[in-house]
Amino acid sequence: MSGGLSLSVANTLAGLMVLASFLMIYQDRLSALINVLAAHAFVLALAVAWQAHVQDAPELYVTAAITLGFKAMALPMALRRIIVRLGLHREIEAVTGVGLTVLAGIGLVALSLDVMLPVTAHADPLTREDVTLALSVVLLGLLMMVTRRNAVSQVAAFLSLENGIDLAAAAAQGMPMVVEISVAFSLLVAFLVIGIFLFRIRERFDSVDVRALDAFRGERR
Amino acid sequence: MIALAGILGAPLIGAALLAAIPGYRLSARCNVLASLVAFAAALLLLHHRPQAGRFMLVDDLNVVFIVLSTFVGFTTSLFSASYIGHELATLRLTPAYLRFYHAMYQLMMFGMNLALVSNNIGLMWVAVELATLSTVMMVGIYRTHEALEAAWKYFILGSVGIALALFGTILVYLAARPVVGGGLDGMAWTVLLMHAAGFDPALLDVAFVFLLLGYGTKVGLAPMHAWLPDAHAEGPTPISAVLSGLLLNVALYALLRFKMLLAACPGGIAPGPLMIALGLASLLFASLMLYRRRDIKRLFAYSSIEHMGIIVFAFGMAGPLGNFAGLLQMVMHSLTKSAIFFSVGHVAQVKGTQRIAEMGGLTESHPLLGWGLVAGVAAIAGMPPFGVFTSEFLVISSTFARAPLLAVLLVLGLLLALGALLLRLSSVAFGPVRGGTGPTGASFVPMFAHLALVLVAGIYLPAPLVAWFQHIAALLG
Amino acid sequence: MTAALLVQGADMALVVLAAPLLTGWVRRVKARLQRRRGPPLLQPYRDLRRLLGKEAVIADGASWLFRTAPYLVFAFTWVAAALVPTFATGLYFSWTGDLIAITALLGAARFLLALAGMDIGTSFGGIGASREVMIASLAEPAMLMIVVTLALIAGSTQLSTVAAFMASPAGGPGVSLILALAAFLIVALAENARIPVDNPATHLELTMVHEAMVLEYSGRHLAMIELAASLKLLLSLSAIACIFFPFGLLTAAGGAGGYAVGLGSYAVKLAAAGALLGVFETATAKMRVFRVPGLLGVALMLGLLGTLLLYAGRGL
Repeated sequence: MSGGLSLSVANTLAGLMVLASFLMIYQDRLSALINVLAAHAFVLALAVAWQAHVQDAPELYVTAAITLGFKAMALPMALRRIIVRLGLHREIEAVTGVGLTVLAGIGLVALSLDVMLPVTAHADPLTREDVTLALSVVLLGLLMMVTRRNAVSQVAAFLSLENGIDLAAAAAQGMPMVVEISVAFSLLVAFLVIGIFLFRIRERFDSVDVRALDAFRGERR
Repeated sequence: MIALAGILGAPLIGAALLAAIPGYRLSARCNVLASLVAFAAALLLLHHRPQAGRFMLVDDLNVVFIVLSTFVGFTTSLFSASYIGHELATLRLTPAYLRFYHAMYQLMMFGMNLALVSNNIGLMWVAVELATLSTVMMVGIYRTHEALEAAWKYFILGSVGIALALFGTILVYLAARPVVGGGLDGMAWTVLLMHAAGFDPALLDVAFVFLLLGYGTKVGLAPMHAWLPDAHAEGPTPISAVLSGLLLNVALYALLRFKMLLAACPGGIAPGPLMIALGLASLLFASLMLYRRRDIKRLFAYSSIEHMGIIVFAFGMAGPLGNFAGLLQMVMHSLTKSAIFFSVGHVAQVKGTQRIAEMGGLTESHPLLGWGLVAGVAAIAGMPPFGVFTSEFLVISSTFARAPLLAVLLVLGLLLALGALLLRLSSVAFGPVRGGTGPTGASFVPMFAHLALVLVAGIYLPAPLVAWFQHIAALLG
Repeated sequence: MTAALLVQGADMALVVLAAPLLTGWVRRVKARLQRRRGPPLLQPYRDLRRLLGKEAVIADGASWLFRTAPYLVFAFTWVAAALVPTFATGLYFSWTGDLIAITALLGAARFLLALAGMDIGTSFGGIGASREVMIASLAEPAMLMIVVTLALIAGSTQLSTVAAFMASPAGGPGVSLILALAAFLIVALAENARIPVDNPATHLELTMVHEAMVLEYSGRHLAMIELAASLKLLLSLSAIACIFFPFGLLTAAGGAGGYAVGLGSYAVKLAAAGALLGVFETATAKMRVFRVPGLLGVALMLGLLGTLLLYAGRGL
């Protein structure tokens, strides 16, 4: 395997994840958002599998398989069920200032390049690029969590953020398996929590718009 | 090894059992028992420490945290037994939720203990996440509008924080890998600390910023604190007590470990200024916010932010005296704040409200409870004979010697907080009686035990304890 | 020298001759997808011949600009199309084939057309011109970002050099290239007035853009404009083919065999691109005009991102 090709494939996959993050920011339809999230996780699975191949680390294949099965298939399916059951699947979220958000996102990508590339100058180029782009994905996830008001899209944003961290973990060569299992596990738990909360929120407010929650600030009673 | 097994096993077995036990009385007792076993095991650690393994580590630093954590966990379980009985009687909780509550309580204890004894930065991260998730579930347990809002906010902010912390953890591993090689060694505290001098300082700097933001969210530092007041105010009061008394400490412990790592790496940035800035911001912000609180649990939640600010500030100042003061302040705050929440829990139950405006004359209607609260607030506000005074005095005096300007700001924040707390206290504890006057039916043992400890610490600190803390302070650098 | 001139001449002839065929092919694919038989492949040629033979009706208020614009538009577009490497790089005029020059030529053609649209003073011409200019003003920044990305990858803005670089082993796939391709596709759709930005097959909708602008033209003038539109489509597809899919492109001096391979692969690529365009247009709905800026914003974002990610590959 020539170094150039393995690098450029890894770079491409990581870049596609960044692109998918941008698409999530841009997407205002909930069902489409979940589709993009699934694509995001799918690219992550490919990227992790590629790292497994390049690093010759078979345990990463397991991570890739978990990612593929759980994050790219099961989770989006479950989210889709939730929004269908809550009657949100046709809902269009009022996302204001997409243009500005996207510009801010591009700024964040530039920031992460600026921060991470000099710092990781001594690391393996493969690790270096994936970690750098992973930081971009993390920051974009944060940005989306800040700009979205809908509980489901906040969850989607959080999951994309987790994907970014998974990418970084896979790129850090020889990182013990502990972390990968834990991430999958914690996601499972996280999802349970999320599911329960969504249903409860629906039950209490008839809306999954987080703004409805803000009205109940404990101070003003 | 027995001690470690007790610390980790008792809560884990307890959680499994409590999920199965239906009756309220039996499960409350089991809860107390499991906490007691964990506390006893922690005391064993004081005498005999197991060798550091690949996953577990017990050293001078975390023993303090472990003993404190299991002790407060135990007293809180005592308080919880009487508190939860009342909640059940007033139908705020159903028996099914109660079972869930007890299982989650032990799961949280397990997560915190695991985080404290783990020798692996990845394992520690998992444990902190576990503790967080279990507290999220408990904060939302009442299922009111406010409780759900609080739990959601806590969950989202906590998850973001924990995600950033994981990113920082990965970066630390990346920094360590060229020096110590891959695999488990690259994540073990003992190994990392030994080789920290060879790490790439720039990478470690970036990692620390992520860790500070990530675990700092859990500590409740100022710009990331938004979850804390809500989570404290809307969950059951025993959870407020352990949140303030324990969970914040666990996150702080993680920060301190990483700070040690950074300090051991010569080319790295000094973590002090960052921590000082965040700590001071938290202190000043929370002190000002104290004035406009109308909810009594929220009031003390902001007071927790304020104190975490002081503690982080003290550790940021570093040096033997700064670290010593920070450590002492942390212990005193844990004890005092949980005592306050114990009394606040009963106050809210007898008065039937958490609104400060609707309660008054507590010392007249419920003298024991009222004076307990007065003592607790006096202690947390830093009034003399209590231990918090000692530690705050140490923080201030050590700061005056090195950075007078910062010390002025520190004193300003403390005075502001003092004023706000006394103002609120006077309306709750004294004056005409307002709100319910029914019997409390509560056990005051945990509250007064904590207050007595704080009082004793304020008057006389035993020499071995001082020596021990000084040793840790030197370790922290 | 003469051989080089000859090849260049053949290229120029090729683009102008192949352009109507491509248009016919796309229409054919669309018709088939809609379960119509559709016009024969050569219908555009017949249309052109018919239009050329007809009398050109000119509106009363039209000035000289209205009469000369179609020829200029055709000339600009033809030159631009001839600058794009079709079957081989390193043609005689390739040194002038700069991406920025091509963009400028197309921009000039559009400017003339917009002026002509407004010249006669009907409301249709005016609204078409204003919308066309709006779309162009949004598409051009995106196009420039793509040019920057390509220039950073290949080290040149000259299309021939870029294509040669992409065909060489150094020009492997990369995320920036994929982003640039996506952006280029969006820009090309907008430039050629295709669905979802505009519908080339309508004359009645209020939402039409390009066709509204040229509504007043007839006879030989319309023939020129139609041919120019076909050429522009060919140009866009050729550019995409030579930059992103440079297989079979003749990059070094080669004999008749090389030219045959180049021509053959070019024909296959065009046919595939035309078919894809047809499928895409059938599957997509036209956008409201007010949503077009969002789409072109995406193209701009993709271009920016592509430029940015280039640095991830290189290091700062």
